Amino acid sequence: MKTNIILSGVGGQGILTIAAVLDTAALSEDLFIKQSEVHGMSQRGGAVQSHVRISDKEIFSDLIPEGQADLILSVEPMELLRYMPFLKKDGWLVTDSESFINTSNYPDKKELFNQIKKHPNHVIVDATEIAKKIGNSKAANMVLLGAASAIIPLSEDSLVKAIKELFQHKSERIIKLNLEAFAEGKKVAEGITDLAASK
Amino acid sequence: MKSLLLGNEALAQGSIDAGLSGVYAYPGTPSTEITEYIQKSKLAQELKIHTTWSVNEKTAMEAALGMSYVGKRSMVVMKHVGLNVASDVFMNMAVSGINGGLVVVVADDPSMHSSQNEQDSRFYGKFAMIPILEPSSQQEAYDVMSYAFDLSEDVKLPVLLRMVTRLSHSRAGIKVKQRRDQNEIDLPRDTSRFALLPSNARKQFDLLVSKKDTLVHCSETSNLNSLRLSENRNTGIIACGLAYNYLMENIGEDLSFYSILKISQYPLPKEKIQALYRHCDKIIVMEEGYPIVEELLHNYFDENDKIKGRLSGDLPRTGELNPNIVGRALGLFQNSTEPVPSVVTPRPPQLCDGCGHTDLFNTINEVIREIGDKNVFGDIGCYALGALPPMNTVNTLIDMGASITMAKGAADAGMDNAIAVIGDSTFTHSGMTGLLDAVYENSPITVIISDNSAVAMTGAQESTAVGRLHKICLGLGVHPDHLKTIVPLKKNHDENVEVLRNELKYKGVSVIISERPCVRLSRDQKEVIKAKIAALN
Repeated sequence: MKTNIILSGVGGQGILTIAAVLDTAALSEDLFIKQSEVHGMSQRGGAVQSHVRISDKEIFSDLIPEGQADLILSVEPMELLRYMPFLKKDGWLVTDSESFINTSNYPDKKELFNQIKKHPNHVIVDATEIAKKIGNSKAANMVLLGAASAIIPLSEDSLVKAIKELFQHKSERIIKLNLEAFAEGKKVAEGITDLAASK
Repeated sequence: MKSLLLGNEALAQGSIDAGLSGVYAYPGTPSTEITEYIQKSKLAQELKIHTTWSVNEKTAMEAALGMSYVGKRSMVVMKHVGLNVASDVFMNMAVSGINGGLVVVVADDPSMHSSQNEQDSRFYGKFAMIPILEPSSQQEAYDVMSYAFDLSEDVKLPVLLRMVTRLSHSRAGIKVKQRRDQNEIDLPRDTSRFALLPSNARKQFDLLVSKKDTLVHCSETSNLNSLRLSENRNTGIIACGLAYNYLMENIGEDLSFYSILKISQYPLPKEKIQALYRHCDKIIVMEEGYPIVEELLHNYFDENDKIKGRLSGDLPRTGELNPNIVGRALGLFQNSTEPVPSVVTPRPPQLCDGCGHTDLFNTINEVIREIGDKNVFGDIGCYALGALPPMNTVNTLIDMGASITMAKGAADAGMDNAIAVIGDSTFTHSGMTGLLDAVYENSPITVIISDNSAVAMTGAQESTAVGRLHKICLGLGVHPDHLKTIVPLKKNHDENVEVLRNELKYKGVSVIISERPCVRLSRDQKEVIKAKIAALN
């Protein structure tokens, strides 16, 4: 078993929290993990990505080869498309529908979604909206993780434990909020990602 | 359970477990997390390991050498261009040799993710004639530290440990070993080797040159350099450092097809290379950075067609490697990929919302409209983003401190209204000496120190400039009438433009300190800064 996941977004949007949950859960299942991240200049409002690789055997490359990502999980729709060359033929796309616009030439949103919908395996989630309703838009990343969880080869139990562990220094309320976000995301994607889960 | 660590953190933990007594460093991507990890480590605090940031890489390396001189194990950490700053002591401590183990950790940035060049630090190691270690994985980055310190003490030389961005900034599960105790104080028996007067230096340099055979022997027998010859004699591969991972990613379990020499220690093990060379029809050299090994092979064998790599064009001459590039060089099948849809637009980094640099650039831009453009000399830091749209304020960005000295040179050549923009930490790193040059000649330049009380670009580390800028400028001889302070806020815009306008009229050195804390500083960090300033006054 080897799963390659690209997490994408804009510096400051919280993709490394998703990465940390995946890392922690994978280690708790005694799997091998490699996870690259972007530090430095690009973190300042630029495009950022993290390559997460989970396997039951030793992993060599820290970077996912092109055409070998099982999943691109993005907290922003344009940033999802930036990494299309990495997607496996039958790989999955999961993204928040909410755009992060900090450039003057941000593309037409309709055109962005048309491009995403061209791909058969896609899940577009109103993650920010859902997170807001739960109580904090910052939890959008956990909504997305929930939505993608059926495609990720880690048990729900270890993902939930990992979320608890990562937020253990925060208040009870924040832990609950993030767990709820994860559960809501999972619910939204149910039915769409069943196909992947049944594999 | 294994601990999940960045390559940088694995190396840092490895150094603590190898009996480290002090780390000295100036922040710089991709090296910063090494020192930060030790600063945050409870174990390091209990062990009283020195971790405070230094003013620059040169002062850091000299302090590390001082700690080594008294017999303790020390480490100095920097990004690749930082080694240029420290190169004076670096070259000379190879001649003097060290006492306690000393490891110079340099993180290179091939593809220039956060740097102005992609220089390969292995060149410096070769130049100084010291051992170089280049781990290929996070676990190796951990494991190699105890070996690095042992080797340093065995051969009495500093050891260069080379990291690269992708290894520094990627996590993996790490198994740790038992910790070794720190060294006791043990002064060198003969201090004359540290006093590099010509007569001593000549002796020491001969000694350094004579160590070459020993160092090659260490490389030849090191576990870090492993040779596996295959029955298939077609292709031999030399995979250096991280390139080994990309190679293994591509060939997977199909090891029988290639002969492989993994290199993680230099000087090169010549016998192993000769064995591989004799065994195979073709040699592909895979190395992150410059084609150093490939060039050496050409020197060894003088047979151009057989050696492939970045020089031959089988791998790209510039930029970092990745699994696809390595796979292509091996002629392996690659999955077809979808292109990036044309609708996607670039998203370059930019200054944060509410950043004081933005308001400062707005002030400068207003004056530029009056005095003409191309007059603004920039420096290294977040404010370098002022060279990009939408600000387009800054014209140059070369190295730490160059804003002031380049403005001076331009003024010497007759440029009116030369402006230098430099951050507070960059100023104390390498701007103070240049300012003294300008003061010495009273050069007609206006220096703006954009003081955000932090080393912001690398993650808002403490700045040694905090609370000291005024006194430093006055001490260097800036005239009090031309040392101004502004607060770069929208509401002060007109007032700030007036200050800049007036100082540009003055045909001597002016310094304007533009004071506003980095928006990335936490409330706690701001409190620490306040307390520090209060303690100074």
